[in-house]
Amino acid sequence: MAGKTLYDKLWDDHVVFSEDDGSSLIYIDRQLVHEVTSPQAFEGLRLAGRQLWRTARNLAVADHNVPTTDRDQGIADPVSRLQVETLDSNCEEFGITEFDMADVRQGIVHVVGPEQGATLPGMTVVCGDSHTSTHGASAALAFGIGTSEVEHALATQCLTQKKSKNLLIKVNGAVKDGVTAKDIVLAIIGEIGTAGGTGYAIEFAGEAISDLSMEGRMTVCNMAIEAGARTGLIAVDDKTIDYYRDRPFSPRGEHWLLAVDYWQTLHSDADASFDKVVELEAADIKPQVTWGTSPEMVVAVDQTVPNPADEADAVKQQSMQRALEYMDLQAGEKITDIKVDKVFIGSCTNSRIEDLRQAAVVAKGKQVAGNVKQALVVPGSGLVKEQAEQEGLDQVFIKAGFEWREPGCSMCLAMNADRLEEGERCASTSNRNFEGRQGYGGRTHLVSPAMAAGAAIAGHFVDIAERGTI
Amino acid sequence: MKAFTQLQSLVMPLDRANVDTDAIIPKQFLKSIRRAGFGPYLFDEWRYLDRGEPEMDCSGRPLNMEFVLNQPQYQGAEILLTRENFGCGSSREHAPWALEDHGFRAIIAPSFADIFFNNCFKNGILPIVLDADVVDGLFSEVENGYQLSIDLDSQTVKTPSGKSIHFAVDETRKFRLMNGLDDIALTLQRADNIKAYESERAKRAPWLFAE
Repeated sequence: MAGKTLYDKLWDDHVVFSEDDGSSLIYIDRQLVHEVTSPQAFEGLRLAGRQLWRTARNLAVADHNVPTTDRDQGIADPVSRLQVETLDSNCEEFGITEFDMADVRQGIVHVVGPEQGATLPGMTVVCGDSHTSTHGASAALAFGIGTSEVEHALATQCLTQKKSKNLLIKVNGAVKDGVTAKDIVLAIIGEIGTAGGTGYAIEFAGEAISDLSMEGRMTVCNMAIEAGARTGLIAVDDKTIDYYRDRPFSPRGEHWLLAVDYWQTLHSDADASFDKVVELEAADIKPQVTWGTSPEMVVAVDQTVPNPADEADAVKQQSMQRALEYMDLQAGEKITDIKVDKVFIGSCTNSRIEDLRQAAVVAKGKQVAGNVKQALVVPGSGLVKEQAEQEGLDQVFIKAGFEWREPGCSMCLAMNADRLEEGERCASTSNRNFEGRQGYGGRTHLVSPAMAAGAAIAGHFVDIAERGTI
Repeated sequence: MKAFTQLQSLVMPLDRANVDTDAIIPKQFLKSIRRAGFGPYLFDEWRYLDRGEPEMDCSGRPLNMEFVLNQPQYQGAEILLTRENFGCGSSREHAPWALEDHGFRAIIAPSFADIFFNNCFKNGILPIVLDADVVDGLFSEVENGYQLSIDLDSQTVKTPSGKSIHFAVDETRKFRLMNGLDDIALTLQRADNIKAYESERAKRAPWLFAE
């Protein structure tokens, strides 16, 4: 019998019932709940008079709408405030554990889950948020769902799913200095496109992936959805197990030993077969910068803005042309000549302690350039913020002219007060450069934390690897 | 959920690839705690010339007449014809809610993003995947008054010239959509299976059941 992929193992372990057409009822071990995609789900439960199947499997935190300044003043926008208050009251009514805005454990749901040990290897994890793929970094089968499925998982602890195909992305060899997890995943998306992973569960492997810290692996899996895959996975190794030791929700004592035994089986078998394999050489990857309005519109920092005329496909050519107009860029322009108005370091992609350390190395002893109107650093959680403050990173940023904020999704999608104004250009460590994503008419360039800090200091994009600053 | 069986309707062509859910319904409207009322904000940034805010009265807002949704010949269209990877990006179910609230019941494209595709079936919208060259052909045929007929039971799209195009759909999804069934009620019929799974799993992974 042929071996199983990691995805096959996780899938098989969670099948409750299989239908004849290949769809299956899958058991959900953990649901993370936030304020934006849950109110209609709780309302649906109330209208139907339904209870939660297993209350303790749900964990809630408000992140999208929360302010990153003056927390004690509450939320100024009444629409945002109502949404957060609705989460509070729903969690109270249904008995769900919630980290509220005043709780030091509050933060971005995809930072909080692993940090608390609430999302563990081998679990199925869902959340009404596409970046749930983040949790696959610890070999959890994790994927984003819509609100109807949020309600379904609350009521039944299950979802009807069809199994995806297996895609292996191997990044061979070691990356050069200054090339980070973000650059690896942007290079992958540049290679396979934003729909390259549609219908697949991606397993990331190879030396460059196993060399990454858990935080770096989360960055990679976070952006699996930007390659079209609902799920990104990385096999368990010693780093995974060490990461989960003594986390608040992690198993203890005898249960810890049993869990570790099981977790050590969470890798693809040597003879497992994948439906598709893509290989990249790590040494070829340079720091990446997106130039357009889709994450696949990405080049290395030493390149120029591409020319739509060089694209053979008519639909793609039209998209490129449109993107250049929206971004106010010319084909052939050097990436390092592009000036930025704002810098955002944060989001579920890049707001963990390692991300802040990498940005701080670049910012230390320097000053934010005069043409940069605002440079924000938004830690992923209250605990990340505390850790960074213990290490003195907050002072590095503040002295350099960055603003040090409270945790939340912030300017990644601008549902709170942090946003771009029309026409402003931003170096951002977030995950999406879609039109209007960071604010109406705003222009987003996706980069790593070190590259964002470098752009803040220089006022334009610079090659961090070239400068040897990290 | 509204059942979907057959539909004959005008077709609105949206000739763009990778239309993301931020474009379908921008984030500021996601602050609503309701499930209805998103239709007027569908494609808000492309459709209006001003900046949209939640709970805004859209009746007096300046329209971008270059955007197809505002063009008179497509008013009342319930079928959206578009390009590859439609619905990519965020998992927000507000995207199909906005499309449905506006009046779209079917979307034809060469491919869809997975989460969006799944969300459509939960909201009485039929997403139809056709080959890129077939979609190209439909784009070239769309003109004033162009209508398509969709029949879910026979899984066919009929063009005005009488050509019949077959499409694939999972049996489970088709059955639920044709009957407008409540997914949760169906799953709860499997409550015994779920409980049996839990007791078996609790032996294999007791740390997950130590609550």
